[in-house]
Amino acid sequence: MNPLLQLDQVTIRFGGLTAVSELNLAIGTGELVGLIGPNGAGKTTAFNLITGVYQPTTGKITFNGRATGGLKAHQLARLGIARTFQNIRLFASLSVFDNVRTAVQLHRPHGIINALWRGRGFREGEAEVEREVLELLEIFGLSKARNNEARSLPYGDQRRLEIVRALATRPKLLLLDEPAAGMNPTEKVELTRLIRFIQEKFHISVLLVEHDMRVVMGICDRVAVLDYGVKIAEGTPESVRKNPKVIEAYLGEEVTAPH
Amino acid sequence: MHTRAKRFLILAILVAAGVSALSAYFNRYYLGVAIDVGINIILAVSLNLINGHTGQFSLGHAGFMAVGGYTAAAITLAITPHLSGSPSVVLSGLLFAGSLLAGGLLAAIAGLAVGIPTLRLRGDYLAIVTLGFGEIIRVVLQNMECVGAASGLSGIPERTTLFWSFGLAAVTVYVIGSLVNSTYGRGFIAVHDDEVAASASGINPTRYKVTAFVIGAFFAGLAGGLFAHHKLFLSPTNFDFMKSIDIVVMVILGGMGRTGGVIVAAIILTLLPEFLRPFAEYRMIIYALLIILLMIARPQGLFSFGRAKAA
Repeated sequence: MNPLLQLDQVTIRFGGLTAVSELNLAIGTGELVGLIGPNGAGKTTAFNLITGVYQPTTGKITFNGRATGGLKAHQLARLGIARTFQNIRLFASLSVFDNVRTAVQLHRPHGIINALWRGRGFREGEAEVEREVLELLEIFGLSKARNNEARSLPYGDQRRLEIVRALATRPKLLLLDEPAAGMNPTEKVELTRLIRFIQEKFHISVLLVEHDMRVVMGICDRVAVLDYGVKIAEGTPESVRKNPKVIEAYLGEEVTAPH
Repeated sequence: MHTRAKRFLILAILVAAGVSALSAYFNRYYLGVAIDVGINIILAVSLNLINGHTGQFSLGHAGFMAVGGYTAAAITLAITPHLSGSPSVVLSGLLFAGSLLAGGLLAAIAGLAVGIPTLRLRGDYLAIVTLGFGEIIRVVLQNMECVGAASGLSGIPERTTLFWSFGLAAVTVYVIGSLVNSTYGRGFIAVHDDEVAASASGINPTRYKVTAFVIGAFFAGLAGGLFAHHKLFLSPTNFDFMKSIDIVVMVILGGMGRTGGVIVAAIILTLLPEFLRPFAEYRMIIYALLIILLMIARPQGLFSFGRAKAA
């Protein structure tokens, strides 16, 4: 079976700096893959390559059997790639409800003319959107806050709302960029549960970029490790944890202490 | 069955028609100011779609207004001599509507032409480009002999009544209000809040920005046509940079993205200079001071009490 997402020898250079070098990575349908590495290893760059923010200098990315080269972020969203951001990016002045509603519109045929004429089809469509949004908010326990401005939510809820908004585009692949950043241990446990829940409930693939090892090790089927833009290891969380190269990248080289 | 918004629109147009029918009993000066109010509501609400809801910064609204105004006036002037005798109210109304529409469409085309190449720019850069566009329009008009060049276009027949001014203001408010209050239209605000996140949610920011620009320009063009058939004389200096600034001030004062506030601001800023007439030469100083004071007191806009809640 072909993987849902495949990165084939993907390299990106910014001037003289090679941020990601010859990266190969495949994510299957329904798989939960972690991408880890120390600060500056190129995780977010890899992420931005997949989501169309950057175009690879060389190499090829295929999603669902289709080359994504040259596609913009909004086109990739239509294909089924959704993402969250390392520093939460909500539509701050819109309500919680509208944040999700904006993402649902991807699958709606109604445009300007319908919005102006407000015929029966349009009103039914809008009612459907409302049901869909409320259902999502209910699942994630945000329905009480639906009329609040997004910026007024507590931090953990903002993260959750961002994930709900990404899910509202009905993705096949969900990319989470350091979702545990800035969370306390309790929130991290909750997040881990949430990610598992999403994967089971929505049957989607998840790529998790994270440098909190505990979160990654706890839930991922497979983990790839980046260091200086190069993939240095890939495998089950257990095998990666024991890999000397990974330990070296995270903790520095082992030195034999003089006796 | 009609939605509430549609009922509001129909009611507003009927009221405008009703009041307009009584025009003969009103003082001509007050009538003129009232028509100005309607025109300014159209300008401010349409600019609010671009600068407020979508978060772009256009300083070219007077340019679009000029395109619409000159187009509508030129059409009226070209047609009028061919009409035998005095045409019926319906016919002249239809002709006027046609010339306004033509002006609006041409302004919308200008909006598209300016929008596509420039909307990649953001904030200050976009402001400068649109400012340049407005100036180009003005200078071109100043040199076009067929529309009177610098000496202006005179002898435009009076067609704008209270009905047209307020009827079209109601249409503008309805169109922009119902556009923004739809799932589709929430995209404008999403682009305003965070372009990157909007794009990741499947919204094409460029398309939304160009759409806002084109619709905004269309209504500015309509307002220009109303203006032309109200003042009966057009000069390129009517549409200089200061005119654009006046409209921007209405939007900022009313609260960016708050249609209700922007309408009130348009009313106040049209009436204020008139009320200050007794102060003669101090008039504009007092006007400017009042704007400064208002901005210090309410930088978020006069009437921002939170956006209308959805659902």
